[in-house]
Amino acid sequence: MGEIVVRTEEISKVYSMGDQRVDALKRVSLSVEKGDFVAIMGASGSGKSTFMNIIGCLDVPTSGTYLLEGENVQGLSGRAQAEVRNKKIGFVFQGFNLLARTSAAENVELPLIYGRLPASLRREKALSALALVGLADRAGHTSKQLSGGQQQRVAIARALVNEPAIILADEPTGNLDSITSVEIMAIFQKLNRQGSTIIMVTHEPEIAAFTKRNVVFRDGRIISDTPVARQADAEQTRGRM
Amino acid sequence: MIEFLLSLKIALRALRINKMRSFLTMLGIIIGIAAVIAMVAIGSGASKIISDQIASVGSNILLVLPGSRTSGGLRMGHGSTPTLTHDDAKAIAAECPSVSFAAPVVRGAAQVVYGNMNWSTSIMGVTPEYFSVRDWRAVTGRIIGHSDVEGATKNCLIGRTVAENLFGAEDPVGKIVRVKKLPFTVVGVMDGKGRSPQGGDQDDIVFVPLTTAQRKLFGSQFPGSVGSIMIQARSDEELSRAQNQVDALLYQRHRIGPGRETDYTVRNLTELLDVAEQSSKAMSLLLGAVASISLIVGGIGIMNIMLVSVTERTREIGIRMAIGAKKQDILLQFLTEAVLLTFIGGIIGMVVGIGGAKLVSVFFDWPTLISFQAIIMAFGFSGAIGVFFGFYPARKAALLNPIDALRYE
Repeated sequence: MGEIVVRTEEISKVYSMGDQRVDALKRVSLSVEKGDFVAIMGASGSGKSTFMNIIGCLDVPTSGTYLLEGENVQGLSGRAQAEVRNKKIGFVFQGFNLLARTSAAENVELPLIYGRLPASLRREKALSALALVGLADRAGHTSKQLSGGQQQRVAIARALVNEPAIILADEPTGNLDSITSVEIMAIFQKLNRQGSTIIMVTHEPEIAAFTKRNVVFRDGRIISDTPVARQADAEQTRGRM
Repeated sequence: MIEFLLSLKIALRALRINKMRSFLTMLGIIIGIAAVIAMVAIGSGASKIISDQIASVGSNILLVLPGSRTSGGLRMGHGSTPTLTHDDAKAIAAECPSVSFAAPVVRGAAQVVYGNMNWSTSIMGVTPEYFSVRDWRAVTGRIIGHSDVEGATKNCLIGRTVAENLFGAEDPVGKIVRVKKLPFTVVGVMDGKGRSPQGGDQDDIVFVPLTTAQRKLFGSQFPGSVGSIMIQARSDEELSRAQNQVDALLYQRHRIGPGRETDYTVRNLTELLDVAEQSSKAMSLLLGAVASISLIVGGIGIMNIMLVSVTERTREIGIRMAIGAKKQDILLQFLTEAVLLTFIGGIIGMVVGIGGAKLVSVFFDWPTLISFQAIIMAFGFSGAIGVFFGFYPARKAALLNPIDALRYE
């Protein structure tokens, strides 16, 4: 048993819209060990996005506890939560979400800026993160000059530059064609092999096949949590395409 | 909070992305600051004209004018009767302790001829006291002395405008000019005084000894009468005391009985000019106030654009928050942008305002005073406007919920 990075204990989330009560999450308990690679699946409205927002410290559960690296983070102030997001969590979004008219390196530097790192160290770390996703030669390009796959790789570099406890990816291949999707998964697999803990939302089973564990949500509950019997190797899949 | 330089850099980049919009937003501030600086400069110029005029008239001046005459029920107005005399002036100087000088004056107009040049101008018969009261000196030659007055000499002293028109580049001193066919020797040229408070040219004048004017140029049926008497009080504080003393003395000398109208009037010139100066100061204050309104309008423009910008960049704000930006970071980012907008606008506005004021000086021959205070104030004001009008949009940005902001399309 490895060290547990993410642990939720019976977390629930209730939204009230007017007099309507929406139970987005119902007493969800999940633990993710260090070095795991989890795919969160489920139809839209199944509660997976709410779960990811809570894991990502963007939202707090109505009840239950969430421990990130053993620390209870839900009681923290907004300021402290921002710090947790900055230091311990790396986000990758479906829409890449890079800053326009900003170079790849500067986008990657952004978390370091908010982490108050000195400028020289920032540049160095950003460049090595870009090298890790194979974009060392595109550091000066702005998002407009990059393809979708390259933009997503910049976003991944931005997510991992602070060496976070977990990388949270929300449908990272949703906007990409199948070849590029597999390439992105190859990068995630490489990072995972190097020790990164990754939690990824996806609704495509073939993408989920590249992970180590599939968790399926329905109606605010986890209905299945199964290890992937034979993890597909994205590098090889790419070679066959 | 993130480093100041870095937030400046981020703000500059954001402004560069929408160059046209940033410029148009700044335009409100540019116009506001330029208007404040130019208006205050023009207004202070007006005050300066008036205070210069006060200085040119002389300080602590009283003017005694002959009173009106009633003729068959018609009141004829000031100066219609020659009741003041040279002796009145001497008596005032001798008997009123608060008076330092009393200068009797006779005025007229005549054609002055030199060689083949001629010029129509005012002729003033004066005593040496006149020049003390007006604080007026000759630039070349000498002024009219007591011996000129006693001897009723045919010496004259000319103003700068007359000198230019009759002599051009020639030195007038020692030359003979003809006034009403009488030859006068020019003994000096007066220093330039500029415009009078009424707008007349004070340098368009020829001075002759009082007695000469009385006897030889403007002989009247009342020998010894003078047109007016200019009086200088010993000090500003003694001005009203001097006024009372002169009034009392003339009341007695002219044998005005109780209930009868005086045949003279004592006027306080400085007082009139003080009023004019006050009103011009009020005017420049008003101009400044009107201009500040445009600054406020400019500020509202900034707030408007910043609100649009926050909405447009909701997603960017969401990304920044997800990545670890704190509320203060977002607040500072947008506040820096707003202040930078007003600050750059302020600098451009300052240049435009100073330039505009200089143009007014050149084209309308109007002195303008660029006041350092106005510049500092305009700057401080524009900075304050940036903070004030930038705060609300920046706060709106900082209070966004990161989840909603990230989902914003």
